[in-house]
Amino acid sequence: MSPAAPEPVELIKQRRDRALAVLVEGVPYIRFLGVSFDRRGDELTAVLTYDPKLIGNPLIQALHGGVTASFLEVTAIMELSFNMLWDDVESGRVAADSLSPGSLPRLPKTIDFTVDYLRSGLPRDAYARARVNRQGRRYASVHVEAWQDNRQRLIAQATGHFLMPSRDG
Amino acid sequence: MTDNTAEIARQFIEAIPFSGALQMQLEEIGAGVAVISMPWAEALVGDPKTGVIHGGAVSALMDTCGGAAVMCHPQALAGTATLDLRIDYMRAATPGQRITARAECYHVTRSVAFVRAEAWDEDRSLPVAAATGAFTVERLPGSGTA
Repeated sequence: MSPAAPEPVELIKQRRDRALAVLVEGVPYIRFLGVSFDRRGDELTAVLTYDPKLIGNPLIQALHGGVTASFLEVTAIMELSFNMLWDDVESGRVAADSLSPGSLPRLPKTIDFTVDYLRSGLPRDAYARARVNRQGRRYASVHVEAWQDNRQRLIAQATGHFLMPSRDG
Repeated sequence: MTDNTAEIARQFIEAIPFSGALQMQLEEIGAGVAVISMPWAEALVGDPKTGVIHGGAVSALMDTCGGAAVMCHPQALAGTATLDLRIDYMRAATPGQRITARAECYHVTRSVAFVRAEAWDEDRSLPVAAATGAFTVERLPGSGTA
């Protein structure tokens, strides 16, 4: 018997992008901030598109500390949620076509979140990536980094703990 | 703090674009303590299944309130920026209810201001979140030797 033909790459991409889009569309605050996600395989980069409403100090045109904190927290939660959904979609437990914001699993809940402000945020786009350092059945620890022009010069980093939703129902 | 400086503080906070976008309102300010509130809004929801506001929006309220507490400290500070802020989320804020944060700048050194803050919804018996933070201190020229 010949091995099954590999699945067409476009179908795989469509399924993964669809899962990500449904997650992002479901959260009003992500839209309010103007955050989108760039996906390469299972790696997500969050993009904060600059808007004048994101300013916290009009004198020096710096991003609001709350914008930076929100951007990092949104990125951490999306990383955890997309990892969960990725497993379900890739294993076939959940059909990507039938995904809708109403049918998604519950989101992780933030227990605590600590932001370390390293540089003031300039009035331009920012990027962030999260790394899950530890994930158990109930708790997860996530580190997030944000930068603007230069990946080596972070504007902020954060560590947070999250309560994972029960996978039973 | 005199009424005049309180008024300046109010105008200053209400001129911050992101605080305006979240409809933050200065309730009280003076002597290193600030109280700022923010209404629930559909655009701030982080969990569509429950309608609970995103933690990031609560962070923004805590950060603004902490900064305001530093700026109204009696040691005449000219400006401040957040160095770090840790938030503990104790419970979900009830959808539809206003969130109010109270921050206190409890110690200031030559270079650092230390702040703690709590936030409640309309149920005042248990905070929805608590925060501790460190802020930079930028002094007015010639404002003492500390």
